[in-house]
Amino acid sequence: MVASSLQLRDVGKSFPAPDQPLTYRTVLETISISLEAGELVSLVGPSGCGKSTLLRLIAGLDFPDSGELLVDEEPISGPSAERGLVFQDPNLFPWLTVRRNIEAGLAARGVLQQKRSEVKEFMRLVGLEAFADAYPHHLSGGMAQRVALARALINHPKVLLLDEPLGALDAFTRMRMQDEVLRLWQNRRTTMLLVTHDIDEAIYMSDRIIILTQRPGTIEQIIPIALDRPRDRSSSDFLSLRSEILELLHFAGNRSSQVTA
Amino acid sequence: MLQGQKISRQSQVTVGSVPSDHFRADSAERYALSAQERKHSTSALLTVPVTAALALGIHLFAAKNEPPNESRTYTIVLGSFFAGAIVAAVMQRWWPALQTRMRRFRPLFTVGVLLLCVWEIITSGFRMLPLPYFPSPAGVVQSMINDRGLLFDSTWHSLVLLLSGYLLGVAAGLVTGVCIGWSSPARYWGMPLLKVVGPIPATAWIPLAMVISPSALISAAALIALAVWFPVTMLTASGISNTRASYLDVARTLGANARYLVFRIAIPAALPSIFVGLFMGLGASFLTLVVAESVGVKSGLGWYVSWAQGWAEYGKVYAALVIMAAFFSTIMTLLFRLRDRVLVWQKGMIRW
Repeated sequence: MVASSLQLRDVGKSFPAPDQPLTYRTVLETISISLEAGELVSLVGPSGCGKSTLLRLIAGLDFPDSGELLVDEEPISGPSAERGLVFQDPNLFPWLTVRRNIEAGLAARGVLQQKRSEVKEFMRLVGLEAFADAYPHHLSGGMAQRVALARALINHPKVLLLDEPLGALDAFTRMRMQDEVLRLWQNRRTTMLLVTHDIDEAIYMSDRIIILTQRPGTIEQIIPIALDRPRDRSSSDFLSLRSEILELLHFAGNRSSQVTA
Repeated sequence: MLQGQKISRQSQVTVGSVPSDHFRADSAERYALSAQERKHSTSALLTVPVTAALALGIHLFAAKNEPPNESRTYTIVLGSFFAGAIVAAVMQRWWPALQTRMRRFRPLFTVGVLLLCVWEIITSGFRMLPLPYFPSPAGVVQSMINDRGLLFDSTWHSLVLLLSGYLLGVAAGLVTGVCIGWSSPARYWGMPLLKVVGPIPATAWIPLAMVISPSALISAAALIALAVWFPVTMLTASGISNTRASYLDVARTLGANARYLVFRIAIPAALPSIFVGLFMGLGASFLTLVVAESVGVKSGLGWYVSWAQGWAEYGKVYAALVIMAAFFSTIMTLLFRLRDRVLVWQKGMIRW
C-alpha cells in the first residue's frame, strides 16, 4: 500500500518502421517526468505520440534506447508485480472465472494460499461478488474493466499504470468508473499514471496533466490541477482549464468557438 | 395431457424471458422448441411406427427366401424397434424432452428405416446383388450375433491398441508442440523436421516398423502414436505461438514467472487449437489402427475384417464395419464431450 516515486530521465525510444526496412522511427524523445509517491498524473496527447510506449517502458515490458527510468531511485529492470498495468482492453483471461482472474496475481506470485482472504475483499471493492463464478464473456465492458482493475490492485502495486482504461466505455459508465478509480486511488494512495484521450477525464481525475506533442513525443506542457476534490465538471474553473488545454492541443480557435457560440 | 401442457408453458416462459440479442452457441437451446412447435399432429406421430411396420412386413415377406435361423434375429430387432416407436409415440405426450427429441430425429429415423427396407428388397427380396458379397441386413445381424465372442474380443483389442497409441502420441505431441511453440531454438530446429517428416502418412512407415520392432503390437502402437503426434504437435505449436501478446504482458506485470506464463497462460490460451489437433489426430489414429491391424497385428477389428474376407464371410465383414462405426463414433463423441467440458469458457452465453 506504500506508493513509489517515479523518475524518467531523458527517455527515448524508437521502433523499426513497419513499411521501410532498416529505418527507425523515433516514438519518444528525451522525456523527463517525475512523479511523487501517491500522485495521480494524466498523460494527454495526440494519438501515436508514444503514450502507450511510455507506459510499457515503465511497466518494464520494453526497454528504452536512451535515458533511464527509476522507481524509488532504483532502475527498472523488467516487469514486476509492484507496477500494475491496466489496458483499454481489459484483457481478462477468458478461460478463468472472475474470481480466478482476480486471483491471478496472487497465483502468479505463488502466494494464493496465504492471501486467499483478500480475493473476496477485492471483489467487494469493485462490486463483483455476485459474478465471482462468471466467465469474462458474460461481463459488460464496465464490469470487465472493474475486474481488470481488481486484478491489477490485488498485488498492491506501488505504481498503477492505466492505459486508457475507460476509453472503450460509454459516457455514463465512464463517469461512474472515473469516480470508482478515484475512490480506489484515495483508499490506497497508489502512484497512478493515467493515459487518456479525454481531457475532461484528465482534469477531473489528476493532480497534474502532462501534455505530449505529436510524434516524436516530447513534453509540451505540464499543467497542475489545483481544483478541490470532488471536482465539479461544470464549474467555471473546470471549464476554463478545459479550454486552455484544448488551445494547447490546437483544437481551440475559430472552429470550436463557432460551435460554442 | 394437462401436466404436459403445464410443463411446456413453463419452458416457453423460460425461453421467452431471455432477451433476443443473445448469442446462444448451446445447441440444445438453439433447438429448443416452443410448446406450439413441439406438438405433433397424429400423422407425424405415426411416421416412424408406420415405417417400422413397413420394414417388418417387407422383412417377413423377403425372409421366406431365407432359412429361418438366418433371419430370426433381424425379425426381433425390427419388432422391438416397432414396439419402441409405438411406446415413444404414446409417451411423448407426458414427456416434453422426448417430444423435442422425437421431433428432431423423426426424419432421420424414417429415412434410415426406409434405407434398410431398400437394402432388404434388393438383396434377399429380389436377389439383385451377387452373393456372398452383398448379404441382406438380416444376414449381417445374424453374423453379428453368431460371432459375438470373437467380435467382442476384437473390439477390445482394437480399443487397447488405439488408446495406447493415441495417448502416447498425444503426450508426445503436446510436449513437442509446447516446446516448438514457446522457444525459438526449439522452433528453429523442430519446425523443419516437423515439416519434412510430419506429412508422411504413418502407414508409409509400416515396412520400416516391421523390420525394427520386436513385436507387431508395439510397432502398431508406435505408428498410431506417430500419426497422432504430427497434427497434435502442429496445432499445439501454432496455438502456443499465437497466444495474444497482451495476455502475456498482463501476466508479467502481475508477477508471473516463465513457468506460469507457459502453463497458466499460453497452454490454456492454446486449448481451442490443441483440441483441433486432438480431433485430427483421432481421425488419423483410426486409419492407422485399421491398416496396421489388417497388415501385421493378429487381432482387432481391422484384422477381423480381412480374416472374414478371407473366408468369404461378408456378413461378418459388414458386422465388423457396423461395430467399427459405432466404436469410432463413440470415441469421437467422448472427445467432443471432453472438449465441451474443458472449453466451457468459450461458450458464448448470456450477457448481463
